Amino acid sequence: MTSPSSGEAVAKPASGSLSWLLEQRVLMSVAVLAVLPWLLPSQALAVNVLIYGVVVMGYNLLFGYTGLLSFGQAAFFGAGAYFTGIAIGRYGVPWFLAVAIAVLLSTCLAAAIGIVSTRTRGIYFAMVTLALAQLVYYVALQASSFTGGENGLRGFTVDRISLFGLSVNFLDPVNKYYVLMALAALAMWFQSRILNSPFGAVIEAIRENEQRARACGYNVERSKLIVFMLSGAISSLGGCMLALHLSIVPLDILHYQTSGMIVMMVLLGGARSFFGPFVGAATFLILEDVISVWTPHWQIFVGAIFVLFVLFLPKGIWGTLLDTLGIGKARR
Amino acid sequence: MDLSLIIMQLLSGIALGAVLVITALGLTIVFGMLGVVNFAHGALFMIGAYAGLYVASLTGSFWWGLLLAPILIGVFGMLIEFVLIRRLYGRSIDDPLLLTFGLSYILVEGVRIVFGSDGIPFPTPPQLVGVLDLGIGFFPRYRLFVIALVAVVLLVLWLTLEKTRIGLIVRAGARDPVIMQVLGVDIGRVWLAIFGLGVGLAALGGVLAGPMRSVNPEMGSLVLAEAFVVTVIGGLGSIVGAVVAGLMVGVSISLVALFAPEMATIVMFALMAVVLLIRPQGLFGVRGRTA
Repeated sequence: MTSPSSGEAVAKPASGSLSWLLEQRVLMSVAVLAVLPWLLPSQALAVNVLIYGVVVMGYNLLFGYTGLLSFGQAAFFGAGAYFTGIAIGRYGVPWFLAVAIAVLLSTCLAAAIGIVSTRTRGIYFAMVTLALAQLVYYVALQASSFTGGENGLRGFTVDRISLFGLSVNFLDPVNKYYVLMALAALAMWFQSRILNSPFGAVIEAIRENEQRARACGYNVERSKLIVFMLSGAISSLGGCMLALHLSIVPLDILHYQTSGMIVMMVLLGGARSFFGPFVGAATFLILEDVISVWTPHWQIFVGAIFVLFVLFLPKGIWGTLLDTLGIGKARR
Repeated sequence: MDLSLIIMQLLSGIALGAVLVITALGLTIVFGMLGVVNFAHGALFMIGAYAGLYVASLTGSFWWGLLLAPILIGVFGMLIEFVLIRRLYGRSIDDPLLLTFGLSYILVEGVRIVFGSDGIPFPTPPQLVGVLDLGIGFFPRYRLFVIALVAVVLLVLWLTLEKTRIGLIVRAGARDPVIMQVLGVDIGRVWLAIFGLGVGLAALGGVLAGPMRSVNPEMGSLVLAEAFVVTVIGGLGSIVGAVVAGLMVGVSISLVALFAPEMATIVMFALMAVVLLIRPQGLFGVRGRTA
């Protein structure tokens, strides 16, 4: 999956086999995720890193690569979870079909929100996406016969996962982790393909200089809408994973605080890098896990750390690390 | 459904809208001058309500709370600009937004530590308890007071901006900060004052809203979304826009609450979506900067 983009010309060449390994970003990422349960203090934490990693990775397509700061990604994360839960619990759809339907419907939702919000620019975009995502939140709150309202969606449990004649016990935590990891790997492969495609170059061109991209003949509005939908689709898969994992969908998943958390995660890890979202999700969740042991007010520390990152480390942990190691843009 | 009921609900909507106007005004003035959207605006609204409550309980009078809380929180806002936001001028336009978002986490959790997570009742000042007979129905005195006070604040703000030397500097600074510096105006000081004013207005909105809603650490998050909707509808940076859109949103919420209560929380977002489809820059916004 090598892409001779313009970034490679300025990148410092890394030596032979290391360079080859770094280019296999999907394989490398999956390899790290495969051993994650043994690196983290608990299995539950590892599953959450996986789920939020996928959600944040989808968001990174929009924020990191296209430069669109949205505060409404929770709408798609939540939509993925709710649609999966409703499809399984209410209509008895098999799990893989439920996931496919959920991603499809969430992408339609992203198209609707995208049509309105991509008409605006800059700071406006952040405000409009936040407001429209709040609209989704309130609709879910009111439509309680479908969504369970304030109590969240309950009453669906997936205990066996079967596909192509294979069947595994999904209640076993190890099986659960690797089934969800397979979904995450699928999302990573998809994201990597997008980034390596000509379309991936177009969205980065829009980030760098929108007017120039327009002058080069690219349809900026349409590209923004498409990337908004793709980003929503990937994040919604994270929502599906959450629904399968928890067997409930809390209403809070749709609140803009969740969108804010996604923004925090991508910045902590490093926007514009392939693996940064997973680093960011892990950092945030570990901070929450560790600090909440000795104070219920962990948010004050997370907020302070985030402020310090914005001020002094805007490229995040992974982005700064890659910079320090001199690993160029094309290999991220 | 008789007419007097609709008129009463309309008045209710104007009172609700008045608080929105004051809050959104703070947001829009800061954006117009500094190009910064303050994501901690809702949290500062909430802190304003707590500060008003605290001062009122210390002095035993709501009026001291109403007077002092916006000033105290405004000064606190100036401190935020001076210590944190100032560092980000010249960087990406997203950075102040992200920073203030992180700040809102700290502020909300700070209030939880000091005052606890539960809501606190904010008593209506004794002079304004009860209702007034308007001939067609009874209306809470406090809400009439809110409408009147917001009208006075708007008038003072408008006169200051249009008729005084300070207002001239502010308006010119919003148009071209570089030329203002060339002319010998310390634009940094103007920005500091404007940020303080914006935060002070958020705090004033918080104190005014106190007796109408319950005061709790989460109240700011709803207000932030509302203030965003109002500024997007009115046009970011436009003062007239904030006033018109604020009243529009307030009135439509209370009228819809009358006919279809379950739609009340949704109507303002729908209104925003319609405005964006027809006029992406907002009703009074200038094209180019935001859409």
